[in-house]
Amino acid sequence: MPDLPAPVRRTLTFWRRSIQARVVVSTLVLSSVAVSVVGWFLLQQVREGLLEHRVDAVVAESSTEMQDARQRLSAASAVDVDSSGQQRDLVEPIIQRGTSRGFSVVMAGPVEPGRGRIADGGAEFSPGLDTSSVPAVLEEHFATASGPAWTYGEIRRTTADGTVLAEPGVVVGSQVELPADGETYVLYFLFPLDEEQETLGMVARALAAAAGLLLILVAGASWLVARQVVTPIRLARQVAERLAAGQLQERMHVAGEDDLARLAVSFNQMASSLQQQIRQLEELSRVQRRFTSDVSHELRTPLTTVRMASDVLHDARERFDPATGRAAELLQTELDRFEGLLVDLLEISRFDAGAAVLVTDDVNLVDVVHRVVEATRPLARKREIRVEVSAPDHPCLAEADVRRVERIVRNLLTNAIDHAGRSAGSRHADILVAVDSDEHAAAVTVRDYGVGLAPGESAMVFNRFWRADPARDRSSGGTGLGLSISMEDAHLHGGWLQAWGRPGGGAQFRLTLPRRVGGPLHHSPLPLVPGDAGEHAS
Amino acid sequence: MTSYGPAPRATGPYDVVSPGWGTITSMSQNGEQKGRILVIDDDASLAEMLSIVLHQEGFDTDVCGRGDVALGVFRDYRPDLVLLDLMLPGLDGIAVCKQIRAESGVPIVMLTAKGDTVDVVVGLESGADDYVVKPFKPKELVARIRARMRRFEPVGTEALTMGDLVIDVAGHSVTRDGEPISLTPLEFDLLVCLARKPFQVFTREALLEQVWGYRHAADTRLVNVHVQRLRAKVEHDPENPEIVITVRGVGYKAGTQ
Repeated sequence: MPDLPAPVRRTLTFWRRSIQARVVVSTLVLSSVAVSVVGWFLLQQVREGLLEHRVDAVVAESSTEMQDARQRLSAASAVDVDSSGQQRDLVEPIIQRGTSRGFSVVMAGPVEPGRGRIADGGAEFSPGLDTSSVPAVLEEHFATASGPAWTYGEIRRTTADGTVLAEPGVVVGSQVELPADGETYVLYFLFPLDEEQETLGMVARALAAAAGLLLILVAGASWLVARQVVTPIRLARQVAERLAAGQLQERMHVAGEDDLARLAVSFNQMASSLQQQIRQLEELSRVQRRFTSDVSHELRTPLTTVRMASDVLHDARERFDPATGRAAELLQTELDRFEGLLVDLLEISRFDAGAAVLVTDDVNLVDVVHRVVEATRPLARKREIRVEVSAPDHPCLAEADVRRVERIVRNLLTNAIDHAGRSAGSRHADILVAVDSDEHAAAVTVRDYGVGLAPGESAMVFNRFWRADPARDRSSGGTGLGLSISMEDAHLHGGWLQAWGRPGGGAQFRLTLPRRVGGPLHHSPLPLVPGDAGEHAS
Repeated sequence: MTSYGPAPRATGPYDVVSPGWGTITSMSQNGEQKGRILVIDDDASLAEMLSIVLHQEGFDTDVCGRGDVALGVFRDYRPDLVLLDLMLPGLDGIAVCKQIRAESGVPIVMLTAKGDTVDVVVGLESGADDYVVKPFKPKELVARIRARMRRFEPVGTEALTMGDLVIDVAGHSVTRDGEPISLTPLEFDLLVCLARKPFQVFTREALLEQVWGYRHAADTRLVNVHVQRLRAKVEHDPENPEIVITVRGVGYKAGTQ
C-alpha cells in the first residue's frame, strides 16, 4: 500500500498495532447493532400501543356520532323527502362538531353498483378537506359490505390560510340509510394522529439519546477494560525487548494473583531460566577461552624450544651420519606440521568458544586474490601448476576482516593446488580463480581440474579432518582443518562457503561475502557450478 | 644475510638518543660481539635455547627468569636489545616493559604466546618496539633482532623542522623551543622518516619497510601503536594531531604547517 496518503497509512498502522483500538471499535460496532435492534423493537411496541388505544377511542367516537345521527334521522323521518337537504341536515352538525373536536367528515353516496364514489361528486365534507384522503380500499369495502370499518390513511386538508397539511390519521367509515330516498350513504370520519406522532417522535428522540449515551459508556468501559489487559502486555513487551537486548536482569512487576500476574510470574521464570542458561554458557565459553589461552601458552613455549633445537640440529645435519641427519630433517618437517596443526586447532577452539572477533574494514577482494596468488606461487611452481586469475576492472568491495578473508582464499587455493593434479599441457590453466561483485555481495571462486568430488562429498569437505580418500598420501601437508576454519570464517562474516565437484571433472569452491557484515545475502555474483562443467563431465 | 631493512650498515657508534639515557655500547659486524641481548623469560629451557641460538649468531646474552629482578639485571648488563616474555613470575612483562622504557630507549622485542589483538596492542602500547609470536623460527627471530639493532644512516648534519619541532638528525635529538623531547630510537626513526619527505603520504606498509625494516608486510598494528606513542610525546593535543597526520584509508604524513 505504498500509494496511500500518510494519514491513512498512519491510521492503518495504528489499527494493526493497537489491540485496544480494535477492542473498542468492535465493541462499539456490536453494541450499536444491539442497541438499534432493541430501540427499533421498543419503538414498534410503543407505536402499536398508542395506535391501538387511539383507534379504540376513534371507533367509539364515530359510533357515538353514528348513533346520534341515526336518532336524528329517525326523529325527522317521514317529514322530509328532499334527500340532499336531509343529507346536509344530517352532516352539518357532525362537521361542526368535527371542526371543534379536530376530526373531519365526508359523507359519500348513495352507494350503488358503479356509482357513489366520492370522486363522482355529490359528497358532503368538512371545509378544506381533500376528499381523496379517504382511502380507496375503504370505499371499495363499502361497495360490497355494509358493516363499519376503519383503516389508516393520510389526511390532506387546506387550512384557513391556504397551506396544505398532510398528516397520518385513522379513517372510520359507517353506513347510514337516508329515509328521504331510502339510499345508503357512507359517513367517513377522518381522525388525525398528530398527537400520537408527536408522542412517538418524543419517545424515539429519548431512545436515540439513551442509545448514544449508552454507546459512549460502552466505549469508555471497553477502553478501560482493554487498557487493563493491554497495559501489562505492553509492559511485558518492553521487558522482553530489554531482555532480548541483553539486559538479562530485567523482570516484570507482579501484582495480585490474576491471569496477568500469573503471566508475569511465568515470564519472570522464563527470564530467570534464560539468564541462568546464558550465564552457564558464558561461563563455559569463558572457561573454554581460558583453557584455549592456557593450552596455547603452555604448548607454545616448549614447542618454541623444540623448534629452535630442531633448527640447530637441522643446520648441522651435514655433520651427522646419514641416519641421524635424516632424522633431523624429519624432525624439522614434522615440527612444521605439528605447528600448523596446533595453530589450526587453537583457531578452531577459538571459534567453538565463540571467542573469534571480526576486525572489519572495506576489503577489495581483487587485491586479496592477487596477494594470495602471489604468495602461493612458489608452492604452485613446485607442483608445476599454473594459476590464472580472472578479475573485473572495478574493485570488488566487501566489509570484512582482511586477515580472515586472506586465510579463506589461501586455504581454498592451497587446497586446489593440492588436488589440481598436473595438467596434460593442453589446458589453459590448472586452477582458475575468479572474482566478481555486485552491489549486495562479492564472491571468489577457485576452480580446479583435478580428481573432483564424488556426489555428497561437496558438503563433507568442510568437516574437520575429512579426507576424500583415506588411502591417499598426505604429502600436501594440510592439517585437515583448513576448510573447516574457512567455513567458520565465512560464517562469521555472514557469508557462504560452498563446494561443487564432479568425479574426474574437478571441483569449484565459492566464497560469497555480503557487502556489509551480517547483511542480507540472497545470491552470489558468481555461479557455483562452473560454466565449463560439461566439458569434463565424462 | 637476507636484506631486512633498507640501511645496509650496522657499524659505528650507537648514539645517545636523548639526555637521560645511558650510552649504548657499540656494535661491530665483523667482530665476535654483534651486540648484547638480555633474555627475560621464566622458561629455563627456552631461555637457554635462545642463548645458544643467539650465541651462534654472534650475540652476547644474559638471562633473567623473574620479572621483579629484571630491571636490576637490565641496569647491570646494559643490553643493546631486550627479549621479553609477557608471562613472568614476580612482575608481568607489561610492567617490566614500562619500567625499562621509563629509563631507556633500548629496543624491546616481546615474545608472546598469544596472537590475540589485545595482548599485542597492550604490549606495544607499554613501550615494546616489536613482537614475535611463539612458536617462532630462530631465523625469523634473529632477523627481527637485526632489524631492530640496525639504525638509519645519519645523512650529513641536517636539521629538520616539523611544525615547531627541531630535529637534529646527527645528534639524534628532538627539541621544541629548546626543550628536549625523549624519543626511543624507533620513534625517532619514524619521525625522521616522515619529516624528510614532508609532502609524501606513507602507507603503513611503506613505514614498516623503511622504519622497521620488514620487506614483507608484517602487522600494521605496529605502525598504529607507534604513531600513537609518538603523538603522545610530540603533539600538543594528541587527539587533534598536527605533527603526524592520519590520511584516512592511506597512511600517515608529516604536518604541513
